[in-house]
Amino acid sequence: MSKPPPGAAAWRRAADRWLFRIGAPETGPIRLGQRRIYVLPTAAGLSFALALLVMLLASINYNLSLGYGLVFLLGGVATASIVHAFRNLLGLAIRAGRCAPAFAGDAVGFRLLVNNPRPTRRPALRLRARGEVSPFALAPAEEAEVLLACPSRVRGPLPIGRTVIETDWPLGLIRAWSVLVPDATCIVYPAPETTPPPLPEHGAGEGRAGPQSRTGDDDFAGLRAHRRADSPRHIAWKALARGGPLLTKQYVAAQGGDVLLDWSALPPELDDERRLSRLTAWILRAEQAGRRYALKLPGGILGPDHGAKHRDRCLRALALFGLRGEPEDAHEGEQ
Amino acid sequence: MSVRSLGELIAKPRRAPSAPPLGIKAPPAALQRSQATWLLATAAITLAPHGLWLPVWIYALCALLLTWRGVLLWQGGRSPPHLLLLALSVAAGIGVRVEFGHFFGKDPGVALLALLLGLKLLEARAARDVRAGVLLCLFLQMALFLEDQSMAIAGLALLGTLAALGALAALADPAGSVRAQLRTAAVLLAHGLPFMLVFFLLFPRIQGPLWGLPADAFSARTGLSDTMSPGSISDLGNSTAIAFRAAFAGTPPPPALRYWRGPVLTEFDGRSWTAAPFTEAPAPSYRPDGPRLDYALTLEAHNRRWLLALDYPGEAGPDIRFASDHHALSTRPVQARSRFQLNAYPQARIGIDEPAAVIAAATRLPPGSNPRSRALAARLAEGASSHAEVLERVIAHLRAGRLQYTLRPPLLGRHSADEFLFDTRRGFCEHFASAFAVIMRAAGVPTRIVTGYQGGEVNPIDGYVVVRQSDAHAWAEVWLAGRGWVRVDPTALAAPERIDDGLAAALADGSELPFMLQADLAWLRDLRHRWEAASNAWNQQVLGYNPERQRELLSRLGLERSDVMTMVGALAGLSALVLAGLYVWAMGRTRSRDPLQRTWERFCSRMARSGLGRDPWEGPLAYGERLAAALPEQAEGLRAACATYARLRYGPTARDDGVRELKKLLNEIRLT
Repeated sequence: MSKPPPGAAAWRRAADRWLFRIGAPETGPIRLGQRRIYVLPTAAGLSFALALLVMLLASINYNLSLGYGLVFLLGGVATASIVHAFRNLLGLAIRAGRCAPAFAGDAVGFRLLVNNPRPTRRPALRLRARGEVSPFALAPAEEAEVLLACPSRVRGPLPIGRTVIETDWPLGLIRAWSVLVPDATCIVYPAPETTPPPLPEHGAGEGRAGPQSRTGDDDFAGLRAHRRADSPRHIAWKALARGGPLLTKQYVAAQGGDVLLDWSALPPELDDERRLSRLTAWILRAEQAGRRYALKLPGGILGPDHGAKHRDRCLRALALFGLRGEPEDAHEGEQ
Repeated sequence: MSVRSLGELIAKPRRAPSAPPLGIKAPPAALQRSQATWLLATAAITLAPHGLWLPVWIYALCALLLTWRGVLLWQGGRSPPHLLLLALSVAAGIGVRVEFGHFFGKDPGVALLALLLGLKLLEARAARDVRAGVLLCLFLQMALFLEDQSMAIAGLALLGTLAALGALAALADPAGSVRAQLRTAAVLLAHGLPFMLVFFLLFPRIQGPLWGLPADAFSARTGLSDTMSPGSISDLGNSTAIAFRAAFAGTPPPPALRYWRGPVLTEFDGRSWTAAPFTEAPAPSYRPDGPRLDYALTLEAHNRRWLLALDYPGEAGPDIRFASDHHALSTRPVQARSRFQLNAYPQARIGIDEPAAVIAAATRLPPGSNPRSRALAARLAEGASSHAEVLERVIAHLRAGRLQYTLRPPLLGRHSADEFLFDTRRGFCEHFASAFAVIMRAAGVPTRIVTGYQGGEVNPIDGYVVVRQSDAHAWAEVWLAGRGWVRVDPTALAAPERIDDGLAAALADGSELPFMLQADLAWLRDLRHRWEAASNAWNQQVLGYNPERQRELLSRLGLERSDVMTMVGALAGLSALVLAGLYVWAMGRTRSRDPLQRTWERFCSRMARSGLGRDPWEGPLAYGERLAAALPEQAEGLRAACATYARLRYGPTARDDGVRELKKLLNEIRLT
């Protein structure tokens, strides 16, 4: 992404405010009416116009009636293509969709739902945000989910910001576009430390945690009665084949106890961001090892627990740590 | 699961070809096969008719390049390396230079453009190459009109434009089907047509040229010349090309009166006749009297000044001059098909007070030429009391001489009149006129040759008199004291049918006629009449639309002040009207056409204005409940309305009266 000079950004913000009348993110579907669709010729359109001018001069010079006709026909087609480009955007409704979180440095996938209410096709549309472009087309009366994979740099909430939907259909001579700010924000987790030290091995649950006590995926530990929620992969098929009852094989994790991931226990020479990175890496490792873990931040403690939901909550707390806006989020788990 | 797996899951988006990876400038997207095919088709349609004018090797090279591109497309090969294309371009440039001797001008320009297009096709790798190719095609379509503006060429150009638009549409919408791209192009063409009409009629027409035209802008054309030697007019007899058309205000005069006067030839060197110097005046030197015929002459370009007005032209517009030998001239060479309002006085007497020098020039004969004709003249003139009597004797002699009229006269030598009269006895009009003039001059009677056209055919479809090159004719004028110049057509003595019924009737059976002139193919003749009437209408209405016709149209529209401002105003107004029509079209089709859906959407947006918009995932019944909770005093009506919509939408009830019922329910809802 080429960075525009700072002056350009200021101009763009001013243009957005005065020309495109946008500012705060819009919640709910954004419907493109005629007031927020703009049209201007593209570079190809300008060279086409220049060619028409040359042809017109030649027609005048050589007195070619059909030359006039050709020039005027092409000019008329180009003019009509303005309306066609405009109409290709007219009536589209755009709303923010789900956004899966990402780690800083990875791409964030913004999803926008674009609805075509008209029973005709909408070809050659493009969504553009944060320097990324996603071309798509809409079938008649279709609502499509458009993915915009944008780069992320720092942790925290990442709003999609200034988004442009545009088209240069039908001839590439005219670009019609609309500027919008959908209410789509992605959470960017801190980037995990690449080579973190091993998990801290002091229990989170003060004595509740003993080795070999939690279920895991590593070693076979025995059989128990099948419950409906158990994975079919863990059913003891051999036992069933022998005519026995439906049993589930139980495994335990190799090293087992609860882990306490404590902000304040980290070495004091680490700055905040590196602490967050290390905690992120530890959460992922603990999750991978199938262990229960608790995350203790200066604001409160999350867990101990295990599973995707817990992991996401912890990572989210790390992502938002110390940022204005949603500090209470970090206390969510403190019930 | 690896540490970064979550991020990687997201980071694998469906990335479009035009979206470059972060921080890296992507190479331009490769052309799709359909895009390249569109461009190839456009180029083929555009270049095909150029074969009529381009030098053969250039046309063949273009065809080769196009075929090469087609083979590459078909077999999926790679385009040739840049270096080869560069070498080819240089070679083509040198070839054009050698062919034409220069680079500047219409013909080498068109040749270069055509070759450039062929090379560009082979080079086309990215969208911008296709755009450049399309623009080249448009220029070449324009270049077609320099040579020919007929309906057929216009149709081809329209087809080429459609293909060019298709190519552009394929670039903008690569995901669309070829059918969708073609449809887009056709719809755009249809929407562009009203603009074209408005601009064609109202765009201020400027009479060109704006700058000096290249010397080769008007190539040599067939037609009369200002010299006549044996065989020069019979050559024209084979050409069915139209020389001019005339639309008479009343019924056209009979064929025998249709003498269209061209150059008058007075000087004779024994074999060839050439024009004598003449003076010009803004008015004819004779007194036009007798009945008057008004007509409009549409002259094809012949790159000469003479107008071929019907004998004898009366005073006409300011751009018409009169030569002292009584033919009408345009102020400039006729380099484009032009229309002139003219009149004729067939019974006027011309040249009564002719200066002695003119009469003397009309009796000169080169010494020693045509001795047998001189002897004959001396015999005929012996004892005659007046020039009129000599004329009668010569006519009687020629009539008795049983000379034969033929389109394929034998070649004549030095004494052309002698050989024709005494040896071959077969000739075309120029032989008759020339021999007659030689005898008359030998007998001392001032005589000169008039060339022009005689006759013409009335097209029954549109009533125009169509005069072709095959109607080219030569006759004689004899000066008699007190009567001035009197027209004598010696051809009529041998073949009176030539004058009354045209060339086809006059030729002896079995002689070869141009195919189109053969009389027995009645259906063909009818077809030709229809085609020519249509072409004429095209020429008059479309090609002949010029500043004067534009002024006429504006005043008929009530725009009396036909200055540029009025025209621009009318142009802008009408264009805005067309644009507004398109805008209404664009807006109109966005709404749902289902009345039930429309009613429901109107209701939802009405509620949305008071902050109770329906969420996209909300069903009508749930929405009704929410509305009822928010507006307790209208709860019943809201519930009923939403339930009715749900029943109509999803239930089996007939729709039509249901919509009316729903509307009634919705109208009863009052928002505070």
